[in-house]
Amino acid sequence: MADAARQAPPAWNAVGRHGVFPKANHDEVARFNFLTNLNIHLASQVLPGVRKAYDHRVEQGAVPTTRREVGELLKREPLYQFWSSLRRNTMEMRQQNSRAMVFRQLPALIDQASTLNKDSQSLQLNPEVKVPRYISAVDIHCMPGGYHTEYCEDDIAAGANYDSGIFVTTAGMLGRYSDGGGQALVEWLREQAEKGFRPRRILDIGCTVGHNIVPLAQAFPDTEIVAIDVAAPMLRYANARAKSLGVNNILFRQENAEAIEAEDGSFDLIITCMFLHETSSRALPRILAETHRLLADGGKVVHIEQPQFTPDMPPYEQFMRDWDTRNNNEPFWGTLHDMDLFEAIEQAGFARENIATLGLYAVVDEELFPSAAKAESDTEDYGRKPAWHAYIASK
Amino acid sequence: MTLDPITMAGNKARGKRPTYFKDSDTDRLLSILMAIAGELAVTRERMDTLERLLEERGLLSRESIEGYTPDSDAAQARGLWHQDFIARILRVIQQEMEQFDEDKSARQQAREEAVSATTELDELIEELANS
Repeated sequence: MADAARQAPPAWNAVGRHGVFPKANHDEVARFNFLTNLNIHLASQVLPGVRKAYDHRVEQGAVPTTRREVGELLKREPLYQFWSSLRRNTMEMRQQNSRAMVFRQLPALIDQASTLNKDSQSLQLNPEVKVPRYISAVDIHCMPGGYHTEYCEDDIAAGANYDSGIFVTTAGMLGRYSDGGGQALVEWLREQAEKGFRPRRILDIGCTVGHNIVPLAQAFPDTEIVAIDVAAPMLRYANARAKSLGVNNILFRQENAEAIEAEDGSFDLIITCMFLHETSSRALPRILAETHRLLADGGKVVHIEQPQFTPDMPPYEQFMRDWDTRNNNEPFWGTLHDMDLFEAIEQAGFARENIATLGLYAVVDEELFPSAAKAESDTEDYGRKPAWHAYIASK
Repeated sequence: MTLDPITMAGNKARGKRPTYFKDSDTDRLLSILMAIAGELAVTRERMDTLERLLEERGLLSRESIEGYTPDSDAAQARGLWHQDFIARILRVIQQEMEQFDEDKSARQQAREEAVSATTELDELIEELANS
């Protein structure tokens, strides 16, 4: 029976909460549950239809050799139109649903954050930091207001909105705290520690709400961590979130990654997690150069991204992986994934033989999320599975 | 602090929205339809919660649901709920309207900061790739 094999994703009720996490009422949870299941339906039931339509075109003689040509073919296919349009709608609805929840309780959330942030030594905002064009030109992920917009004094709305919706988009596959990337880094760093690499100072660039740095702070409590971002609402939220989770070894600082205020060689480990694709061609080499300058001898830089669009990646897969570039407001995504990152990292000063790649997989609580563990192995969702491609550069 | 959560929830994200169908009316209608589908699912989930709880407690009599008449407070609350519901399902219209403001503010920004006035993703891909 087909039905017996079906498993529901974890209901949003299971999401990890903390002191500044918005409180959801019954219908808000139900809206998230609907979207999670709609996303799963689109990936597992509708997307295979897009592939069928594509294969049919190819059988009829079409020979697309680039992702642009794949796009030209698919644009005219009703199944692709339908899938793509619905996917866009789920992104927009996810935003509307989270924002409705956050704005109705924003004064209370700001109070909670302000209490946690009051006199905090671990939050350093700098209003002089300008939001770069690559953050402000469009609202990334279709998040109205992006990461950076402040609707009122001490605003944290953008952080609360971002934090509460990731569980929906990922169907819980990144764990209760949507920190699967950070948990994967913890596993990697534990293995490294056994080999003698035990960083004392870590820098996280583009930390947003701190999802991926908090697990490292918890796993290595004696480590000094600096986490930077340009967006004040993210940092206020991140600091309050970390505090309420009992984390006290992260300094959250408002900084532009292209020119970081820190001494040469002052970090042993520098991390970027799904960050480089949200910059620009001019900013990227500056950011990579900063990682080289700030890294101590013997240290490592880890960039977590999705795989590059290399010639051996089929054009259909490239097109699907590039969907977010135009349809989810990620204008630098395609450009970054076309680049030779080895070369870019080398130009920043790292020796070619000291740059490697590594596959990373989210650590998921299989007991709490049996369907999440299963889903990892049986559907391809082109970049939304909890798996990444890490670039590791050593100095 | 004066924030209107209903309108703010439906704000448009800066960046011109792609169209997917030959006729953009279809895009608009599908957005509305999916929002309604979502709200129907939410209602169904809430009713399921309610019926299960009432059943557990032996409190539900189906006839009393059929015969219910709201008092004025209840009627007021239901009216506001309808407004929230309608704003939610007509999000796409709100965002088409906000596109006008986005264009205006981008043009303003272009004049002030020597950047391009576009919020077209294809043009921004070029711009960010080359600057």
